[in-house]
Amino acid sequence: MSTTVENVACPFCGCLCDDIIVETEGTKILKVKLACSSGQGIFMDYDPRPRRPLVHGSEVEWSEAVAEAARILSAADSPLIYGLSSSASEAQRKAVALADKIGAVIDSTSSVCHGPTGLAMQAVGEPTCTLGEVRDRADLVVFWGCNPDASHLRHFPRFSLTAKGTLTPNGRSDRTMYVIDVRPTGSSKKADHFLQIEVGSDYEVLTTLRLLVRGGEPSSDVVGGVPVAELKELAERMKSCRYGVAFMGMGLTMAPARQLNVAELFTLVAELNDHAKFSVIPMRGHGNVTGADQVLSWTTGYPFAVSFARGYPQFMPGEFTAVDMLARKAADAAVIIASDPGAHFPAAAAAHLERIPTIVFDHGPSVVAAKADVLFPTAAYGVDAGGTAYRMDNVPIPLTQVIETDRPTDEEILDRIIEAVD
Amino acid sequence: MSDRLTLITGRTRKQAIGMHKGKASAEYLEATALVEMNPDDMTRLDVSEGGHVLLRTDDGEVELTARAGTVPAGLVFVPMGTSANKLIGTETLGTGMPCFKGLQVDVTPLAGEEVSP
Repeated sequence: MSTTVENVACPFCGCLCDDIIVETEGTKILKVKLACSSGQGIFMDYDPRPRRPLVHGSEVEWSEAVAEAARILSAADSPLIYGLSSSASEAQRKAVALADKIGAVIDSTSSVCHGPTGLAMQAVGEPTCTLGEVRDRADLVVFWGCNPDASHLRHFPRFSLTAKGTLTPNGRSDRTMYVIDVRPTGSSKKADHFLQIEVGSDYEVLTTLRLLVRGGEPSSDVVGGVPVAELKELAERMKSCRYGVAFMGMGLTMAPARQLNVAELFTLVAELNDHAKFSVIPMRGHGNVTGADQVLSWTTGYPFAVSFARGYPQFMPGEFTAVDMLARKAADAAVIIASDPGAHFPAAAAAHLERIPTIVFDHGPSVVAAKADVLFPTAAYGVDAGGTAYRMDNVPIPLTQVIETDRPTDEEILDRIIEAVD
Repeated sequence: MSDRLTLITGRTRKQAIGMHKGKASAEYLEATALVEMNPDDMTRLDVSEGGHVLLRTDDGEVELTARAGTVPAGLVFVPMGTSANKLIGTETLGTGMPCFKGLQVDVTPLAGEEVSP
């Protein structure tokens, strides 16, 4: 007999859509309603059958795998704990506790997505709001260097474009949408205005917008490939809107000026509040990458790239960030939790993971899991484990356990390793 | 004939769907082992739709299937993943973030049918 679970949060991306309907029968998921194509896979492609942990490719008892993980970490001089972003915040706290106990470096996938956004936030602050405010109030939405049409498929209908709210009862027709990007995308096709800028010109265009908002006059007629007249129109719309919101993505954080781009946008948004109500929200990718920033900030004071090697937390991007640690061969053991640097890191950084012992927590197959010295096939938060995740606007959302399985959680295994490690 | 173009990497819908199937799955490999190019660049470099090209940066090289897309001339787009990351260096300029967007890449058309992602 099937059971229908309503108001389930999809743990795939930073939208954490919490209106999903999941139909189950025993440990099987029969149907998922309302989830996007990316979210469907989280539920429908998941194999919840319990699996035994692996040590060097051989199945062992959980206690044996925990003991081997503890042995590896006790012997390591410079262990790295990385990932976290598809785990729950309860487990993220345990990962910090483990890092503290063994003197490890701990870093999350933030460092290869919105790490530069964190640096900008530390430098100039972040004038932000919730997605509920966007839905209810925003009449001008600006998407800069991001493509929700490919990465956050329900962002437009649930929050930012066609969503109907208190002051936006007509949804799409109550909003003006800008997209600023280096190439046309599915998102730019939906925009009222698309400003196609040259690669690497984001900082220059942002600085020009700040000048225009202040009433200045650029010395050039074209900036970043865009006529200044079009930037003037955008600046005027920004100053005269009722409630503006800028969304930003990897187009700013991965481009050459990285955190300087983001700081310039955050400063522009702050300055726009002299004229109108304006906010900014980073488009966070993994379902709980925002939670990783939150948990590391509460517990260590820093959002990512934290070392406990000296017995207290130190923050140093470029030094304690995972890509740098691996590229310099500075890590001699790694704990990878709910992420796949084997697939998402530059090849030379990923290659170092094959030279050192790795302890991997993953609910499914991955490049890094396939080569793990110790593999813990744990439960998937939001599918067969409950927990807490943070939406991209820093709102905590409960993750529902929709099916019963016998798999342990990341949190439970981390607890056992903390207890076992010297 | 080859040319130096600018590479950006990023998310696509198919890449995300393929990821759930597994990174060794045909869906994932098909979604990530490709390069989107401007049609004028393809004509100039004599690259046909579905043809194979070699992309080379200072940090590595990879063979990909070429697709005509909407990218502006001079730009190529490769979906994020194991293929793209063969081209990405580890320099993070003190931020932790490698240069996944805006790096220079040499694009050379290849004869033959086989592409090994």
